Amino acid sequence: MIKRLTWRVATVTEIRQETPTARTLVFDVPGWPGHLPGQHVDVKLTADDGYSAQRSYSIANGDDGERVELTVQQVGDGEVSPYLTEVLEVGDQIELRGPVGGWFVWRPHSSPPVLLIGGGSGIVPLMAMIRSRGKSDTPFRLLYSLRDPGQLYYAGELEKVMAGVEVAYLYTRTAPPDAGRAPGRIRAADLVAYGWPPETAPDVFVCGPTGFVEAAADLLTELGHDPAKIKTERFGPTGG
Amino acid sequence: MGIISRAFQGRPRDHDEKLPPGQYLVHDFPVLSAGPTPRVPLDRWEFAIDTPEGEVHRWSWEEFQALPQETPTVDLHCVTKWSKFGTEWKGVSLDVLMEDVESAAEYALAYSYGGYTTNLPLEDLLDGKAWIVHEFDGEELAPAHGGPARLLVPHLYLWKSAKWVKGIRLLNDDWPGFWETAGYHNYGDPWREQRYQGD
Repeated sequence: MIKRLTWRVATVTEIRQETPTARTLVFDVPGWPGHLPGQHVDVKLTADDGYSAQRSYSIANGDDGERVELTVQQVGDGEVSPYLTEVLEVGDQIELRGPVGGWFVWRPHSSPPVLLIGGGSGIVPLMAMIRSRGKSDTPFRLLYSLRDPGQLYYAGELEKVMAGVEVAYLYTRTAPPDAGRAPGRIRAADLVAYGWPPETAPDVFVCGPTGFVEAAADLLTELGHDPAKIKTERFGPTGG
Repeated sequence: MGIISRAFQGRPRDHDEKLPPGQYLVHDFPVLSAGPTPRVPLDRWEFAIDTPEGEVHRWSWEEFQALPQETPTVDLHCVTKWSKFGTEWKGVSLDVLMEDVESAAEYALAYSYGGYTTNLPLEDLLDGKAWIVHEFDGEELAPAHGGPARLLVPHLYLWKSAKWVKGIRLLNDDWPGFWETAGYHNYGDPWREQRYQGD
């Protein structure tokens, strides 16, 4: 039975600034059918002359009735992301449809340990998985690669100690003094130190810019992780 | 027309007739795949076509390279909304590869090193509409973009152009592939904006 993914009106109910160039938009979407962590939505903006532009964004929250949260990173020459990060206000309406994507999803009943590897705004769908973990006893480890501490999304929430979720920050450019790891791109030693060994057969989710995902996925397969257990989502440089 | 987004202007309208609905133009070449990039050594590479009647046709890398080559220049349309115009490829037309294949099959399932699959009607692979390509922009095709060789079916959304293609299975019945069983449209015509099931 095929159900058409219809465009729905989404009203902004709350906005949270995550970094100077990224913010989380909380929408109320009447009729929203629910979603799995890792899925995304298509957003459509329409100008008053009928011109419209569409982009895809990962959903940041766990399934929560008619509430849908998106965290949007501004892309310099983007068409849609500058509007979402600078113009949109509480009370404004846009259109979205979804959820889309049945592959890059974590199903909370699955039992192996979970390894999440995010680069930059690639943290967004991984955060939806962490937020969906709830009382599950599946252990999570997150490796979060980011340029510097100022680029951290979900700071307050991630820094709270979550039982069963271990978080390692991999700063690529500037690390805080207590980081305990020299700044640099993700390397095999990071996966050994902060990930799960291949023998534990974790479900692996890698999300971020193409170069980051290629590098992380190659390192994982070289370390002996089964490629079939590694799910990837790549954000093109033109995702804005 | 949908609801108006307050104060949204968008890019200057260029009314490009080559751009399908809901798409925007890019000049780089974004990469999208569902898993790690498989590495396929050329001495172990093989491409095969098999039929429901039991025929199997196989080509080694050398045999594939010895076939007549074409250099299509085509526009690409990805379901994630980007389009790229005028991409230059080199490869072998499916018309050449199908020349000696005899079958009453009407459907095809392309399958790849790494396990990816995608389905399409057989007629969408014939009559100059599809190629197995191994060069992009004058260079050998990079692994991230599907090298050593990928399927190229530019009149459908790009997920139909299976990267790291290993073979094409001809079928009497339609057999949905990887994204087609994960909520994406079974056919994927960008001009009819067939992104998801039910579009």
